[in-house]
Amino acid sequence: MMGFEKFLFYVFSVFLIFSAVMVITRKNPVHSALFLVLAFFNSAGLWLLAEAEFLAIALVLVYVGAVMVLFLFVVMMLDINIAELRAGFVRNAPVAIVVAIAMAVELLIVVGPQRFGIDVVAAPEPRPAGYSNTEELGLALFTEHLYAFEIAAVILLVGIVAAIGLTMRKRPETKYQDPSRQVTVKASDRLRVIKMDAEEKAR
Amino acid sequence: MIALSDYLIVAAILFSLSVAGIFLNRKNVILLLMCIELMLLAVNINFIAFSHFLGDTAGQVFVFFILTVAAAEAAIGLAILVVLFRSRQTINVADLDTLKG
Repeated sequence: MMGFEKFLFYVFSVFLIFSAVMVITRKNPVHSALFLVLAFFNSAGLWLLAEAEFLAIALVLVYVGAVMVLFLFVVMMLDINIAELRAGFVRNAPVAIVVAIAMAVELLIVVGPQRFGIDVVAAPEPRPAGYSNTEELGLALFTEHLYAFEIAAVILLVGIVAAIGLTMRKRPETKYQDPSRQVTVKASDRLRVIKMDAEEKAR
Repeated sequence: MIALSDYLIVAAILFSLSVAGIFLNRKNVILLLMCIELMLLAVNINFIAFSHFLGDTAGQVFVFFILTVAAAEAAIGLAILVVLFRSRQTINVADLDTLKG
């Protein structure tokens, strides 16, 4: 059974790294966004293996369901010149590879198995069957971290207001209703009664 | 058994890849935003792994807040991008030199 967990871990990790490589190398931003969705799905699998069930589902709902749809929406709405944006790709590639390898090697030296291996940090006992990750997270969130939770709510509100405020614009050709003028209008502004003589019916 | 170092190594590789992505696609604002999302994902994997192995829920609470802030950041970033494209007809970082920085 442990062997199967390890196997799942490697499957998710390999797909995660593969989709990350695809995200940064694809020509078309739409393909990059779709591979980023794959990366989020695979890391949700990794989080499930680490017994963070609530956050794994939240990642799929929030990121795949909302953020990536927003990304795809913007990418497809803007008419961007891909060739021009790709101009420095080959020229920057050596620098990028050197920096990435240097960074990966440094990080691997720090977090490698000799410091955080299974014999140094023992694996925790599996949770009992009735254990609820959501309940424990909710308890921590609404007791210890209540102020941070409220600040997060305010941040989301500010995000909504900022996004709408930035993108809203008044177009001169669009016809808006003005409620204050609608309620102050009088019958005499709309209807004109005129006196005139009777006319003969047209044949 | 999955070791803590396994999670940390995956996250480290993911973080390095997203740094490389920022170097590779440094003209395209949309891809820069996507690379930042990948970086946050790598950091979140670290938080979840430590939370699991140390038996402390605080790590997961932190991931929750990072997800919140990242969602707000993506929304505002994309709004700025749309406004930018409306006024300049481009999202090339090299063309954004109005401030002469």
